[in-house]
Amino acid sequence: MKSYHLTHLKELEAESIYVIREVASQFENPVLLFSGGKDSIVMTHLARKAFWPAKIPFPLMHIDTGHNFQETLDFRDNYMEEIGANLIVKKVQDSIDQGRVVEEKGVNASRNGLQTVTLLDGIEEHKFDAALGGARRDEEKARAKERFFSHRDEFGQWDPKNQRPELWNIFNGKKTMGEHFRVFPISNWTEMDIWQYILYEKIKLPSLYFSHKRECVERDGTLLAKSDYLMLKDTEEYKEYQIRFRTIGDMTCTGASLSDAGSLEDIIEEVASTRITERGGRADDKRSEAAMEDRKKEGYF
Amino acid sequence: MELLRFTTAGSVDDGKSTLIGRLLYDSKSIFEDQFEAIKASSEKRGEEYVNLALLTDGLRAEREQGITIDVAYRYFATPKRKFIIADTPGHIQYTRNMVTGASTANLAIILVDARHGVIEQTCRHAFIATLLQIPHLVICVNKMDLVNYSEEAFEKVKQDFEDFSAKLDIKDVRFIPISALKGDNVVKRSENTPWYDGPTLLYTLENVHIGSDHNHIDSRMPVQYVVRPQSTEYHDYRGYAGRIAGGIFKPGDDVMVLPSGFTSKIKSIDTMDGPIEEAFAPMSVTMTLEDDIDISRGDMIVKEHNHPEPTQDVELMVCWLNEKPLQLNGKYTIKHTSKDARCIVKEVRYKVDINTLHKIEDDKNIGLNDIGRIKIRTTQPLFTDKYNRNRVTGSVILIDEATNVTVGAGMVI
Repeated sequence: MKSYHLTHLKELEAESIYVIREVASQFENPVLLFSGGKDSIVMTHLARKAFWPAKIPFPLMHIDTGHNFQETLDFRDNYMEEIGANLIVKKVQDSIDQGRVVEEKGVNASRNGLQTVTLLDGIEEHKFDAALGGARRDEEKARAKERFFSHRDEFGQWDPKNQRPELWNIFNGKKTMGEHFRVFPISNWTEMDIWQYILYEKIKLPSLYFSHKRECVERDGTLLAKSDYLMLKDTEEYKEYQIRFRTIGDMTCTGASLSDAGSLEDIIEEVASTRITERGGRADDKRSEAAMEDRKKEGYF
Repeated sequence: MELLRFTTAGSVDDGKSTLIGRLLYDSKSIFEDQFEAIKASSEKRGEEYVNLALLTDGLRAEREQGITIDVAYRYFATPKRKFIIADTPGHIQYTRNMVTGASTANLAIILVDARHGVIEQTCRHAFIATLLQIPHLVICVNKMDLVNYSEEAFEKVKQDFEDFSAKLDIKDVRFIPISALKGDNVVKRSENTPWYDGPTLLYTLENVHIGSDHNHIDSRMPVQYVVRPQSTEYHDYRGYAGRIAGGIFKPGDDVMVLPSGFTSKIKSIDTMDGPIEEAFAPMSVTMTLEDDIDISRGDMIVKEHNHPEPTQDVELMVCWLNEKPLQLNGKYTIKHTSKDARCIVKEVRYKVDINTLHKIEDDKNIGLNDIGRIKIRTTQPLFTDKYNRNRVTGSVILIDEATNVTVGAGMVI
């Protein structure tokens, strides 16, 4: 007898496609948040699958901190052209110029937290009522409590203690004017699932994820890449390392890891044997025990 | 590699967090930085041992109060399977969280303290697991180390549970004597229980047959979205996108569309990777039909000789999820698969005492965490199956029309 079962990757894929289609059906004006990182690339790939042979029926939005790796921007522009997507770019620099936010000061200054304002402004300006994000529950303890359909009030805030129950696969996207939803189609994927899927589907990624030589500075146990946006302390200096990035974010707070992994197979092997979570290299999460929860409450990704 | 979703229910003291911690730790799913972080927090709180519960209690309020408020999802994998744990608090006031965690699970782990045996809470957990039709139940008799690994204590739990569960519709139940703290029979076979010849918990999780947990008999595809590319290449393409809720569909199959009753043949089943020869639950696909008929979201593609009868009168077991009690004659938004309608609560038949399973017919007040049987009438016909036949087409949620909050979880009887 033939057995009817799916592999874990095909089951996760089917779940994510289902969630993305629910978004297109339940909301009038959704947007997909695209950062150029592997999770948002996988999410975009799943969105293409959800509507094929039609194109993705909503725009993508990139919140540009201005502190990007050039490789990410090049990848983004090529990929958008390839899939024929409509991309909106919202710049944190504009929020700063308009006086909506004030740049952080000091050597650990980062624009990571400022993105929230730019993101919420973008959502308001385009009247988006749902924003698809590539967050995963295994990434961080506050994210482990997220719903697939996560309600945001008119200030874009998340109320973690008072979330809507989410049963079976019935998603409740009902809201009043001014409120919106964050939707996380890849909630149930782990870092390993993402890499296995990228290999299985032959998904293209920015070169930053693969091992290369780069000048970095070591600060508080994290390797930060050389850039114009980073201020060195007197005792610090750049040195060349053989590294790759496990996550890609703002250049000022995304740590590199020493790695020789030059292919997807190498990366999967590395992920399987690694003993540090991928956000372990993110300085933005280390600010306090509830750093992520606090940022999310205010409307962060 | 297959995916197994399981739920764990238990109270603070029965070792649930320790068990999850051990599964994660022994399968090398706890990372060094996570472990260092919870170790530091435990020390800061003056605790003697590293408190593994801090791994799952992710919200500030949960850590401050030392309680689990919400369902936490945890992930781990072995070379054989990937696992998703829905970790739910076990107190009676968290029934709604247990129901939420149970709604998507293939398997439930129920922890019983070997010293105390089957208690009210065990019965409640078993009832919820069977109400939500979790196909597999594993009763872990924990803290065997504290009863000197006594076979008698284990057999007593087994006997008491079987006496109780005779009243329940349980398909598959297993018993495993364990010590989560010492690790007996969790990942490794214990030498302390020579009288037990069954598998360890992890072996059970890795090998329990889940291939028939989905319904592969009654063909159902709720239409989620209509794909119309409006491009030159696919000018006349009209695809019906949805997730298969049951049965098997193949190109050439005769199908019927509800509620119209129109019939046609499947022309193709498409995915971005190319057309496929058959589709079954829980795949997400896009179907095209031979005939040009009017189909939209909320419709259901079925087989002509096996389909649900559209009905506006639905009997439900409902679990109430909100502080504001169920209103008799109240109106709610109802969601069933991809269909939205409104409904009115016509009758509350009884409330269930979830500890004794008794039907309480003289108290019809269904409040937060209560479970009861109700009758509703909907504004539009729904295409439901019984919940014990199909968990997808047999489930609904009720939404408060004023607040938009999900207030009830219903299972079709």
